[in-house]
Amino acid sequence: MSRQKVLVVALPQRGTVSPAAWELLCAGRTLADVLKQPLVAYLPGGSAEAAQELVERGADRVLWSGHACLKEFNDELQAQAVLAAAAAEPPSWVLLPASIAGRSLACRVAVKLGAGLAMDVSELDPASGTVKRSHYSGNLQATMEFKSAVRVVTVQAMAFPQSARQAGRAGEVAELAFRPAPAGTEFLAFQPEAAGELDLGGAERIVSGGRGVGGPDGFQAIRDLAHAMGAAVAASRAAVDSGWIPYRHQVGLTGRTVRPKLYVACGISGQIQHLAGMSAAGSIVAINTDPECPMMQQATISVLGDMFELIPLIVAEIKKRKGAAVPA
Amino acid sequence: MALNIVVCVKNTPSTLAVPVDAATGLPKTAGLVFAINPLDEYAVEEAVRIKERTPGATVTALALGPESDHVVLREAISRGCDAGVLLCGPELQGGDSFAVSRALAAAVKKLSGQKPVSLVLFGKNTNDDNSGAVGGQVAAWLDWPAVLSVKKIESLNESAAVLWRMMEDGVDKVKVRLPAAVGTVKEINEPRMPSLKGKLAAKKASITTWTAADLALNADCVGVQGARVKLARSAAPPPRPAGARIAGATPAQTAEKLVAALIEKKLL
Repeated sequence: MSRQKVLVVALPQRGTVSPAAWELLCAGRTLADVLKQPLVAYLPGGSAEAAQELVERGADRVLWSGHACLKEFNDELQAQAVLAAAAAEPPSWVLLPASIAGRSLACRVAVKLGAGLAMDVSELDPASGTVKRSHYSGNLQATMEFKSAVRVVTVQAMAFPQSARQAGRAGEVAELAFRPAPAGTEFLAFQPEAAGELDLGGAERIVSGGRGVGGPDGFQAIRDLAHAMGAAVAASRAAVDSGWIPYRHQVGLTGRTVRPKLYVACGISGQIQHLAGMSAAGSIVAINTDPECPMMQQATISVLGDMFELIPLIVAEIKKRKGAAVPA
Repeated sequence: MALNIVVCVKNTPSTLAVPVDAATGLPKTAGLVFAINPLDEYAVEEAVRIKERTPGATVTALALGPESDHVVLREAISRGCDAGVLLCGPELQGGDSFAVSRALAAAVKKLSGQKPVSLVLFGKNTNDDNSGAVGGQVAAWLDWPAVLSVKKIESLNESAAVLWRMMEDGVDKVKVRLPAAVGTVKEINEPRMPSLKGKLAAKKASITTWTAADLALNADCVGVQGARVKLARSAAPPPRPAGARIAGATPAQTAEKLVAALIEKKLL
């Protein structure tokens, strides 16, 4: 057992290692310390420089493969690469980000390793080897046990703090040569979202609008508040289904699950399907005209009032107190 | 060569408020109303749309569950699928995504032996387990490509498809060789309601049932025995601490108090 490793897959997105990887290193460190195993990070489609940062963020050893075919996400190629890393550094645990790519990759890696898979994990218990994740749309929290020697988990964004960078921290960095076998998927093109838009998954602050926003124009107030707060923009299903804002902004059962430090719900009544996607937020601010709605009952701070009257005043107050917009 | 599509569906509780059995510490779903997993409706709709624009195409709905789950396959047929296959039998029940995907993959392989399957479609995830792992894992068992989180099928022929994959930061356009597994998201279409004609077809349809033995799978690689993870217990998440209400004499004062509170909590 002592030769096993805790393996973190630092999956880059568009060539950049995201802060989600620092969160995985933090989660992996607690496992590695209790299990007395080395913490190994694997960087598919990275560089020696990016690998060095993973060492400074807490990895004992970093393997990286710089093959050009790993630059964009390809389920089969990335799985081949991760399996090569797992063969070089036999893992007890494999930690991946619970991103769209990470979740897709975890499926293939788990089957090929004959390993149990737990998705969207928010807690890990190194001593018992169990993990916690929500099921039944956030209404219940499951404790999962593994029956396999290898445990594959995708870790929810924002569930663990980011490991701090310690300049000059020592660790091994080695390149893992990757020879791709043919794959059935070919990357053609990437169409980015509007520039400057923050992604919900990694956002520390989110401002969200619901039925009370009233229409597509009403989302301008939501965007204004989000801009002033350095927050990402989200929406409830009611707003998305009405065509006021694209689906990718939807939080809840049929949309994204988020756990920001601050979630500001404007005109969202808080149906169970929406709460499923955001009830793990650190603090919830509800702005609503209905004092009895579930969101107002759940909120850390509830503000009774008309969002269209309040938001410009809140934006002005933030500018007064903080100067310009809060950096994201 | 005709295009044969399989769409995987699951019969899940319609309610989100699932109680926990005090004795076992596990969710108690007996007695709840079950229906087709809502996100599977998008996969069914997409399969039927492909069929409607592709002469000779067929759609087979595939599910794993107790015998009573034939209803979910009839529901899929009422929405336009041609046939239903139910994997059932005691040894198949209680599996995790690893075991369930293994059985589904074996069924796809068996169907492919009758007439080659080009595409297996999945919903984003189920509303009970919420993992969204089965689609990717079926592809892994079959050694097929998988593209999950697909919001649009731009083009599709017998050998390849061009897909739009919704990512966190935009859209990836990918070309995938068939056969392949495709996971859908809600944005891909607007599911239709079952038609009267569909309902009649569903009523009359004979559902094929296969056991583990029919799939040439040993009992120890499916169901509870084949699972790699086990639900130890389940509980309601801890309640959120009681909140505070902020109210000023005027809206401006309310805004002032709110921003002050957020700055004090270091949230701004």
